[in-house]
Amino acid sequence: MTAKLILTHDGNTIGEFELNKEQMTIGRKPDNDIQIDNLAVSGQHAKIITILNDSFLEDMNSTNGTYVNGSLVKKHALQDGDSVTIGKHQLRYINKEASSGSDDFEKTMIIRPDAVGMPATAGSQTVERQMAEVNKKVEAQIGKPAGQPAPSGRGNETARLQVLSGANSGKELALTKALTTIGRPGQQVAAITRRPQGYFIIHVEGGDGSFPTINGKQIGTQAHSLNDHDIIEVAGVKMEFFLG
Amino acid sequence: MDLTGKLEIVGETHTGLKRTHNEDCIGTDVTAGLVALADGMGGYKAGEVASALAINTLVVDIADRLAAVAPPPQGEEDEGYSPESLLAREIVEKSNDIIYQTSLAQPQYKGMGTTLVMALFYDNRVSIAHVGDSRMYRLRQDALEQITVDHTLMQELIERGFYTPEEARNSMNKNLVTRALGIDPEVQVDIQEDVVLKNDIFLLCSDGLNDMVEDEQIRLTIKENADNLEEAAQKLIQQANENGGNDNVSVILVKSLESFPAKKSWFQKFVDWF
Repeated sequence: MTAKLILTHDGNTIGEFELNKEQMTIGRKPDNDIQIDNLAVSGQHAKIITILNDSFLEDMNSTNGTYVNGSLVKKHALQDGDSVTIGKHQLRYINKEASSGSDDFEKTMIIRPDAVGMPATAGSQTVERQMAEVNKKVEAQIGKPAGQPAPSGRGNETARLQVLSGANSGKELALTKALTTIGRPGQQVAAITRRPQGYFIIHVEGGDGSFPTINGKQIGTQAHSLNDHDIIEVAGVKMEFFLG
Repeated sequence: MDLTGKLEIVGETHTGLKRTHNEDCIGTDVTAGLVALADGMGGYKAGEVASALAINTLVVDIADRLAAVAPPPQGEEDEGYSPESLLAREIVEKSNDIIYQTSLAQPQYKGMGTTLVMALFYDNRVSIAHVGDSRMYRLRQDALEQITVDHTLMQELIERGFYTPEEARNSMNKNLVTRALGIDPEVQVDIQEDVVLKNDIFLLCSDGLNDMVEDEQIRLTIKENADNLEEAAQKLIQQANENGGNDNVSVILVKSLESFPAKKSWFQKFVDWF
């Protein structure tokens, strides 16, 4: 069963909308899929993206905001029974599929045009287009291609370390390897690894049980993510980390 | 380099309580320091074929070629990866090709695919390759850390701010993978390298485990059975089944018993930088 929105005002139902498109817009202007002709509603107020059985609400920088169950939201993954308030109107989200937990849906599926077992309600090409849409939106927001976690750290930028103390002060080391080790054996050694989420520093060995520090704090045995301009100290040498 | 005695490896796979057959496949080779786990998907029996093709290709080809790994020729772009990482990526791409060609050649296997997570241990390091939503975790001292990042629609939605990881657990979209082996002629493989310390325990698992058992429960189970990996693996599978057993569930546990440096220690090669 397709999910739907029931539009009410002062408790009176004034419309019912099936979420049968990958993207549906809500607003005051007539070109919206769901038009609410009221001055409290922005021309283009919000939109709903539907991917398979789930729908996602996003406020389009409306003047008066979008509320879900009383809370102001920018982005929200809709759940059956959610009450969306736009101006003085309410939209109740009804989706029996998303909460049924049918065994079939537990199966892992691949989002591909020719994938076996895609639900009949949503053609997989639709999903492809939806993903493209979501990706475009994210690109606009974060200014880099989405959906492709960079294989080599963050984007194409190469991180580097600059030595701040000691005889090699000013020297730079580009972190071009997936795993770079720094320090002095027997005293203190640390490793910096490149992961899809960014760069991490890991303690390898410390002769006297000491650990490297980030911004003056000892890191312990766990991997710690590195942020731009972090100051690390390994084997008594201070270094600044640069992301790009 | 033979890692027998340096690594302890156990693997378990179970059909679960709801499925009629097991589409997961695991492979381990302690001599080569290799573990691999695949979660197949597709029509009748095709999922099993895809995951078995992936694991067999990896285990055979990596063991065969490991002795001959060498750094790439000077001037060639190596992206900073070790020869072992590059070998792992090459063989994963090869298994992608084998599965893809099989699915084209045989109508009953059309559209089959599989996730994959594999780890190759050498020289106090590990190279990790993964595609899809099978995961690798590491227990170091008391803390469990997820090392791989799922290739799923859900993970993308989390990164885009529609969900918190807690909300994601209850969502219906969690099993849509955005990458898998055997679906396309090309596949993008995520490669990572990490340091291995004595007593680290690595967990590779299919989503049948992490969908059914919370990370904290996984952490406690491994920690409490750190001296008996067989017991730890069986308990994890038992917990997944007690929580519903909705999917096939597979786990591989690898414990670093002793340091295993290459003849010339890897940090000797790099630490003279200061």
